[in-house]
Amino acid sequence: MKIFVCVKQVPDTETKIKLKADASGIDTAGIKWVMNPYDEYAVEEAVKTRDGGKASSVTVVSVGPKSRAVETLRTALAMGADEAIVVDAPEDVDSAMTAKALAAAIKGEGEFGLIMTGKLAIDDNLASVSQMLAEHLAIPHTTVVSKLEQGDLLLAEREVEGGTKEMVQLTKPALIAANKGLNMPRYPSLPGIMKAKKKIIKELTLDGLAVTTNDARTKHLNFQLPPEKPPVQQITGDAATQSKTLATLLRQEAKVL
Amino acid sequence: MSNQVSKVLVFAEISNGKVKKGALELLTAARAASLSTQIVLLGTGAKAAAGTMGGWGVSEAFVGDNAAFDQYNPEVFAESVAGIIKDSGADTVLASSSLLARDLFPRVAARLGTAAVSDCTELALGGGLKVRRPMYSGKCSAEVSFLSAGPKIVLMRANQLPVGEPSGAGQVAIKDVPAPTTSGLKTLIKEVLKGASGKLDLTEANIIVSGGRGLKEAANFKLIETLADSCGATVGASRAIVDAGWVSHSMQVGQTGKTVAPSLYIAVGISGAIQHLAGMSGSRVIVAINKDANAPIFQKATYGLVGDLFEIVPLLTEEFKALHS
Ligand SMILES: Cc1cc2nc3c(=O)[nH]c(=O)nc-3n(C[C@H](O)[C@H](O)[C@H](O)COP(=O)(O)OP(=O)(O)OC[C@H]3O[C@@H](n4cnc5c(N)ncnc54)[C@H](O)[C@@H]3O)c2cc1C
Repeated sequence: MKIFVCVKQVPDTETKIKLKADASGIDTAGIKWVMNPYDEYAVEEAVKTRDGGKASSVTVVSVGPKSRAVETLRTALAMGADEAIVVDAPEDVDSAMTAKALAAAIKGEGEFGLIMTGKLAIDDNLASVSQMLAEHLAIPHTTVVSKLEQGDLLLAEREVEGGTKEMVQLTKPALIAANKGLNMPRYPSLPGIMKAKKKIIKELTLDGLAVTTNDARTKHLNFQLPPEKPPVQQITGDAATQSKTLATLLRQEAKVL
Repeated sequence: MSNQVSKVLVFAEISNGKVKKGALELLTAARAASLSTQIVLLGTGAKAAAGTMGGWGVSEAFVGDNAAFDQYNPEVFAESVAGIIKDSGADTVLASSSLLARDLFPRVAARLGTAAVSDCTELALGGGLKVRRPMYSGKCSAEVSFLSAGPKIVLMRANQLPVGEPSGAGQVAIKDVPAPTTSGLKTLIKEVLKGASGKLDLTEANIIVSGGRGLKEAANFKLIETLADSCGATVGASRAIVDAGWVSHSMQVGQTGKTVAPSLYIAVGISGAIQHLAGMSGSRVIVAINKDANAPIFQKATYGLVGDLFEIVPLLTEEFKALHS
């Protein structure tokens, strides 16, 4: 069984976001790029599965600007993935186009048993490519997965509202979108990094996959920074006074209690 | 593409026979824009709930009063909901950005070849559809431009829009949703382990009290729970104490936890790391209780209390109880 893992490169969580002068997007100058944190769980699970003898190989796929998306693919290779594919695409490619490109790239490789993704990319926060991809591949999906048992069938645990847990059984091939808790992603080892450097990353284009801008469904524009918050109102006095004052302010000024 | 909104379909979730607040927010917005509104109600009790929707400006309800819809199954829901959207002829589909909706609608959108955007925080319907959503964990926001001709699916974060009151008693025409096929499914929900709390989920809660490493040890989380009980809040946590194993990951607020936007967020013993702020800075009123006057949480707070949480929290609990008695 072949596993495909879809990964995205995103700004590091500490990155300060600046906007382009024309507000058409973020200013990418000086940004430190990392693998989307949830995708790390997806890569780890795939590599672990293969090492446990339940899969033959792990291929990582990324849709994004080729010049830097390959860095994230190299990280995944260094974590133990066998092969990597980059689909060169503009920075602001939308979810619909991304999902279509991923589906075409994966189908082009032949058989697959499991597709792993992260539950959400922390840049656009849409959490939609996974489900769209599963639809294009006509396979079942489940998201927010924090535990996965693999046999002939997949048994996925997902945490839903109010701490409730669902145990979902899926017939393979299937797509699993990983949540935190699924595993502890490994750090790439030095030999892993050296090996990853030598691997050839397969390069595809949107054109080659017959994905065009006609496949786009949304575009983000008119970017804005959040409005400045007025400075904090510090409530002073001893603990009793602070508590009393706060309760009064919350009821009478903020009207939230 | 035309952004004209003329026919709105609201996907409403029901809980204990009642339409959830998130859907009522959307119905209020549609009613204010004098739009023709249809509603989708799935699961046991859907029919009775539909009967109460006339006062919310709903003219037609797609009702699947069927236990097969009581438990979410992506395969079952995608099939039925895609069918309903096609039948409805709606140009705009609105739903609360719950975990269910976020899982479901991207798949439905791909099936219909249309657009779905989750986690929106601003919505205008009159004068054309206008939607804004946070990006990069709330470090900026952007407007969404829709590029497809088909129905546009917008998932709104809870607590962003006001809820009105039902008024008048309009007639609701009921359209029965066919029972879903449940044979040959590739997705089966084998078991559901109910969470302990009967409280609202963090993403829906109107008040949240969150605790962090300042609590020193797991046993002290009790302080957070009692404070939350005193004001009807849902409890949350920073990643530090989730990683330490004090509380479950479902309670984590932040970039790699839940994004919340309650009316009131009380952060206790939380420093306000950028990843935590990413999950809660959209809250309307933020209270920070921290002994370090320089903690970054104070930069986002509306009200700050510099002091020892072990002294303040029990007293504050008593004050809140007094307000509610
Ligand atoms: C990729 C990535 C993703 C992350 N995602 C998240 C996320 O989703 N959510 C999240 O929360 N974090 C996240 N983090 C972690 C984040 O960086 C911080 O480490 C974490 O939020 C700190 O938690 P804390 O505020 O509880 O602890 P600390 O930073 O240790 O703060 C404890 C605070 O308690 C105060 N305190 C101590 N004693 C008292 C007392 N007696 N009375 C009052 N105050 C007291 C201290 O002054 C201090 O400000 C992420 C980090 C990374 C790298």
